[in-house]
Amino acid sequence: MAFLRKLRRVDYHEHTLNTSESRMITPETVWVTQAYSGFVPQHWYQDKTAFFLYDPCHHKRKPEWCCWHVGPSTPSQTCTCGCSSWLGITLKTLKKEIHTHLEQHVTRTRRYRVVKGIISPVGDSYKKKGLIEACHRLEMARLATLNSDWITVDDWESQQPEWVETAKVVRHHADLISSENNSDDVDTVRCGKRRKLEQNTIICQSSCNINTKEDSPHLNLLCGADVLESFGVKDLWKPEDIEEIVGRYGVACITRCGSDPEKFINQSDVLYKHRKNIHMVREWVTNEISATHVRRALRRGQSVRYLLPDSVVRYIQEHSLYSVESEQKNANAILAPFQRYTSSN
Amino acid sequence: MAGRIPLVLLACGSFNPITHQHMRLFELARDHMHQTGLYRVVGGIVSPVGDNYGKQGLVVSKHRLAMARLALQSSDWVSVDDWESQQEDWTETVVTMRYHYDRMAAQYHNSKDPPTASDVPQLKLLCGADFMDTFKIPGLWRDDHVEEVVGRFGLVCVSRGSLQPDRAIHESDLLSRHRQHIFLVREWVHNEISATEVRRALRRGQSVKYLLPDSVIDYIREHNLYTQDSEMKNKDVKIRPLTMQTIQD
Repeated sequence: MAFLRKLRRVDYHEHTLNTSESRMITPETVWVTQAYSGFVPQHWYQDKTAFFLYDPCHHKRKPEWCCWHVGPSTPSQTCTCGCSSWLGITLKTLKKEIHTHLEQHVTRTRRYRVVKGIISPVGDSYKKKGLIEACHRLEMARLATLNSDWITVDDWESQQPEWVETAKVVRHHADLISSENNSDDVDTVRCGKRRKLEQNTIICQSSCNINTKEDSPHLNLLCGADVLESFGVKDLWKPEDIEEIVGRYGVACITRCGSDPEKFINQSDVLYKHRKNIHMVREWVTNEISATHVRRALRRGQSVRYLLPDSVVRYIQEHSLYSVESEQKNANAILAPFQRYTSSN
Repeated sequence: MAGRIPLVLLACGSFNPITHQHMRLFELARDHMHQTGLYRVVGGIVSPVGDNYGKQGLVVSKHRLAMARLALQSSDWVSVDDWESQQEDWTETVVTMRYHYDRMAAQYHNSKDPPTASDVPQLKLLCGADFMDTFKIPGLWRDDHVEEVVGRFGLVCVSRGSLQPDRAIHESDLLSRHRQHIFLVREWVHNEISATEVRRALRRGQSVKYLLPDSVIDYIREHNLYTQDSEMKNKDVKIRPLTMQTIQD
């Protein structure tokens, strides 16, 4: 069992969801039990808790409060709690850490209404192995999104003569959106109502802080956890690009089996700095249909039906895409970002 | 594909609702059986279980059949069969298999003159790896039934997630004896689209698009299936196979 260490009295605020007031809660002591890393507390304790955090990702518990315990399991050990390392706990640092996390949770539960989704296939000059022509990839994406009322395919990126960095693509679309927004009549987000887009809300939260009327839609980069982790690959991303994508715009990151994006965010200074802008989306239904696997199955004459929409399967058959030959395309080429960034070093 | 044994794959289950994963089972199994060089898959049957199975959250068979039909509308080899769901009481898997096999045999005997045993397609049970583990649940299966399902007909089992069907075979003497009649298909894509998860997402108003065919999603919405209430159905009811066994003992 964990080592308990008593601290002196701590005053803190409890942020409630349903009301906008904050109440002072003053327990007699703060019990320090076990340390663990990560933003989200895992355990439920009935009493002697430090404070409560609302965790919108925990479906299992009602009411949806989690309590958070910090501290070392033995006095001499170092441990991590949230994103800092504790070597002995002082009251001051504990308070600071609590407030940081509370602030994070409150801003994280700001209500969003997803209005649009954009799929932007990369250009052929990216030179990834097995990458077939953009015209086909665009058409397949269009077929797949034909009966979506909010996801569209955009060809700007693939039409550029040279490979375009992701940050530039994000910037391009953000500028487009804000110029559209300025010319239209303002679309207001009503306070107090939670409007559900039919089946298509990828981030659904509830909170008391709403965006103001004048805000134009935010743009987030949507990616899997593997892309987030690719930020760490040398010469793949420019540091200022990462800063711009995460700092100025924001990322919605879908978790994927085998990766631990929260740990990665913790280990990266720039990601940690902008962690408020990184929205983790937990995919409970693990679905690892990778395009690599689909191409492999196609090469071997195996069925990919029900992994892709029927219209895309038909398109692939009609045009005989994805063969042993097509997979060898760019086999000896250097990926565009490596070429660009290593030559400039 | 001359000289190959014709084969029909039968999938029993709740199909509550049918998902892309169910349909994937057929595609994967067909590819696998063809690659053995011995078989030629000529058909697939989805047979939703009857309401008397008593599983929690099971919506009426009328809806489950309709959804399965919508999902398989565009399939040229898999079809939906309602015989099992039309029976008064729950029917054991082996009984369903016997029915389908006898029906196929009768068709072939009527059409061919003289009929040859080799023309009648073989019938194998198509299932996921979780199904293999059910064999060891006490009171759920009769030994002679397992013997017939596996020994006489045969199983095509598609692995799922981290479940290891070969371990289930290893731990059962009965299954080990009939190892040559069990075909294990490896699903390399880690894919956990379970109907349970789909129902959970639907209850919470979350999107299930791209997990099921659009036509099935529309049907679910139209008929308002899969709510908190529907999940409570049969909550404290024991599933029929367990009550049936105790009567017979």
